[in-house]
Amino acid sequence: MVTSAHVWSIDSDGVHVMVGEADGEGRESRCYRAAAVVLATGAHDRVLPVPGWDLPGVYSAGGGQALAKGEGVAIGRRVVVAGTGPFLLPVASSLLDAGCAVAGVFEAGRAGHLMRRWTVRPWELLGQPAKVLELGRYGSTLARRRVRYATGCAVTAIHGGQRVEAVTVSRLDASWAPRPGVGETLDVDAVCLGFGFSPRVELALAAGCRLDDRHFVMVDAQQRTSVPSVFAAGEITGIGGVDLALCEGTIAGHVAAGGRGDDSVLRVERRRRKVLRAFASRLQGAHAIGPKWTDWLNDDTVVCRCEEVDVARLRSVVETSESLSLRSLMLQSRAGLGSCQARICGRTVEELLLRTIPSHRLVGEGSIDRRPIASPVRLGEIAQSRAFEVEG
Amino acid sequence: MTRDVLVIGAGIVGAAIARSLARRGVTVVVVDRGPAVGGTSGAGEGNLLVSDKGPGPELELAKYSLGLWRTWAAELRTELDARFASIEYVAKGGVVVATSAGGADALRGFAARQQRAGVEAHFLDASEARALEPELGPAVVAGVHYPQDAQVQPVIAAEAILASARRSGARVLPGTTVTGPEVDRSGRLVGVRTTKGTLRADVVIVAAGPWSGEVARTLGGTLRIGPRKGLLLVTARMGPRVRHKVYDADYVGAVQSDDRALQTSTVIESTESGTILIGSSRQDVGFDGRVEVSVLRAIASRAIGLMPFLADATVIRAYGGFRPFSPDHLPVIGPAPGVPGLWYATGHEGAGIGLAPATGELVAASLLGETTALEIDPFRADRATLSGAA
Ligand SMILES: Cc1cc2nc3c(=O)[nH]c(=O)nc-3n(C[C@H](O)[C@H](O)[C@H](O)COP(=O)(O)OP(=O)(O)OC[C@H]3O[C@@H](n4cnc5c(N)ncnc54)[C@H](O)[C@@H]3O)c2cc1C
Ligand SMILES: Cc1cc2nc3c(=O)[nH]c(=O)nc-3n(C[C@H](O)[C@H](O)[C@H](O)COP(=O)(O)OP(=O)(O)OC[C@H]3O[C@@H](n4cnc5c(N)ncnc54)[C@H](O)[C@@H]3O)c2cc1C
Repeated sequence: MVTSAHVWSIDSDGVHVMVGEADGEGRESRCYRAAAVVLATGAHDRVLPVPGWDLPGVYSAGGGQALAKGEGVAIGRRVVVAGTGPFLLPVASSLLDAGCAVAGVFEAGRAGHLMRRWTVRPWELLGQPAKVLELGRYGSTLARRRVRYATGCAVTAIHGGQRVEAVTVSRLDASWAPRPGVGETLDVDAVCLGFGFSPRVELALAAGCRLDDRHFVMVDAQQRTSVPSVFAAGEITGIGGVDLALCEGTIAGHVAAGGRGDDSVLRVERRRRKVLRAFASRLQGAHAIGPKWTDWLNDDTVVCRCEEVDVARLRSVVETSESLSLRSLMLQSRAGLGSCQARICGRTVEELLLRTIPSHRLVGEGSIDRRPIASPVRLGEIAQSRAFEVEG
Repeated sequence: MTRDVLVIGAGIVGAAIARSLARRGVTVVVVDRGPAVGGTSGAGEGNLLVSDKGPGPELELAKYSLGLWRTWAAELRTELDARFASIEYVAKGGVVVATSAGGADALRGFAARQQRAGVEAHFLDASEARALEPELGPAVVAGVHYPQDAQVQPVIAAEAILASARRSGARVLPGTTVTGPEVDRSGRLVGVRTTKGTLRADVVIVAAGPWSGEVARTLGGTLRIGPRKGLLLVTARMGPRVRHKVYDADYVGAVQSDDRALQTSTVIESTESGTILIGSSRQDVGFDGRVEVSVLRAIASRAIGLMPFLADATVIRAYGGFRPFSPDHLPVIGPAPGVPGLWYATGHEGAGIGLAPATGELVAASLLGETTALEIDPFRADRATLSGAA
């Protein structure tokens, strides 16, 4: 096992890796050629922009969780957690453990909708005791610590001068449009926002794997992608939590190593994968992003933080150029061209552009996830990079 | 008299033709199978160069075009909505450098011929070169300064030209693929069939970049245009450390080369947003768009050879596309042999951004029977050197 290993390219020579700290000196270059490759690059959490989300003190839910759980760092004294999905619960729980006061957990989905989606085909949940119990555990932790949990609510503005000082929480209708009237103001010094996850598919795209229309890597029952000898498992094939990722990984590894997908040793994984996928699609349905979330944006709300591109700028490039090309519109506005290469804002930029374009469609196959340089490398490292596999 | 023109391809060449025609009152429709500016014009750099061209018709076209670029940049700025993104036209000049005594001699000889052809070129010794470009490394032994070289952001520039054409009445139809000819009884082309229906026109112009050969064939013509792949690297934003466009002298060799194997020659330029573009490669591998590390490695080593500080620059992106090249490395501009009603405007290889305004003006002026600013004859499609091996 090679750790601190950053795969920066996959091409016909193989898998190109830099080993060492991301910004460190003297990283070692390697190139692996393998009979099979399993991609399990996971997902990162998605944050929808909110006026003020570019203030210091605003974290992605995953970022807040990583600091709290991984490093025991309290990101603030009083924190709100907002967004959608069951993931908000463990985040709040970790914040409490790290010593933060949690001023509220705000789930944008409305209770009625969540109930309906969670309780369709209830028998499917029977296969899920661990999952349901896990969520129940988080829920009871929050209840015990008297953390407020509200559905149908969102942080629709973040206020502060130098950093976060307060948030506005608004009630939402079913489409996530804020209800008329003033929201409630809460004094907090940090905010965690999480609206589901986006798969990290740049390596899959570099390898030539086909994606589905929700941008996940398409796999068959054996976890094979559309490219021979390339397999995919975990969140890049669909968001489903750690147990599903483990099942898929086991199957992918088995088949990649020459086994058969229908081997009896995989019986348990196959069954669990089926049950867990059903559970995952239930979550997807329950926590889908409402179309009117954009109502809480202002003209000057920053969408791309790297290049400081706001809502009005995105609208103006569509209006002035009438372009239907994602790439052209990104180049004109500079949205998504910064150091994160649209990893944070890409989906949102695409969505906002589509809404502004009169026909609501982009033309051409350009994917915002296509990043042939999958993780940053120095020019010198490219120049010195190994072309062939070296043993040992 | 030409009243209706159909342009196939909404790249920078098609855009420039549309603008030049529409401003003369001609009815123009531009079709593209993808979005506008989704082909090569969105996949390269925006160097507007005289420095890489030896005396001859292409240099004359380039000199004419660079003059037009200056006017067009100013016109576009006043004409278009104030919110339109800047085309980032900067007349920053170029510095071409040599890294060996032999290379320096060749470069000086080349520049001397260019001077006689009216190009501004100033010889630089190593220290003069470093005075212009402090980051040049010890490998550089001599250089030439070309003040006329300029640059634009090619995608925005093409969009701006297209927007200007629309203001003068041109229509742009993205997502419309040309699938066949519409011919009258005399055999004259009177329009094209597309995936969105038939479009009629007095003249049809193929400006389909590296796909022009294919489109010409669809319409009954023969045109030898091939794709020449090029890749580039983009760094994260950095301070302003590269002032001019900086190339190694081998650039000249590569442009005019018929070698099909991988070649790289260094082009380093900073952009308005603070990133540095590092190019580029030339490879004849068909329309295979994969980004190969072996190519990036070659580009990276050469660039560091010229400017050692780049070794520490963080690369955040690689991209590239297919230059439309003709067998004799000259653009093809003029009527299609054997297909009345059909014109070609393509084959600009690695210089189509630079040469687009001149191409637009030449096509429009000749179609309307005006005197052209330049002889169009050297670019005609029935020249002997075009039918050689592609
Ligand atoms: C903070 C947090 C808390 C969670 N809590 C729960 C929970 O309580 N219950 C639950 O069911 N699920 C939870 N999840 C989700 C769970 O972690 C995921 O479902 C699971 O980890 C997915 O596994 P994976 O292998 O697909 O992706 P990951 O675990 O994300 O692994 C992907 C790995 O690929 C690496 N990688 C990506 N790109 C490259 C590259 N270019 N080069 C080299 N390496 C690369 C990443 O560094 C990462 O280590 C949580 C997720 C997070 C982020
Ligand atoms: C890496 C690289 C670097 C470069 N650097 C420079 C530089 O610095 N300076 C410079 O001047 N030039 C440069 N170039 C070259 C320049 O980009 C091209 O010469 C120029 O873009 C060609 O423009 P075009 O309009 O002819 O073609 P394109 O921009 O390719 O436009 C052709 C259009 O035709 C459309 N089309 C194709 N088939 C059909 C069909 N059947 N029906 C309808 N539409 C169709 C395509 O979709 C496309 O949009 C570079 C090129 C590359 C690849």
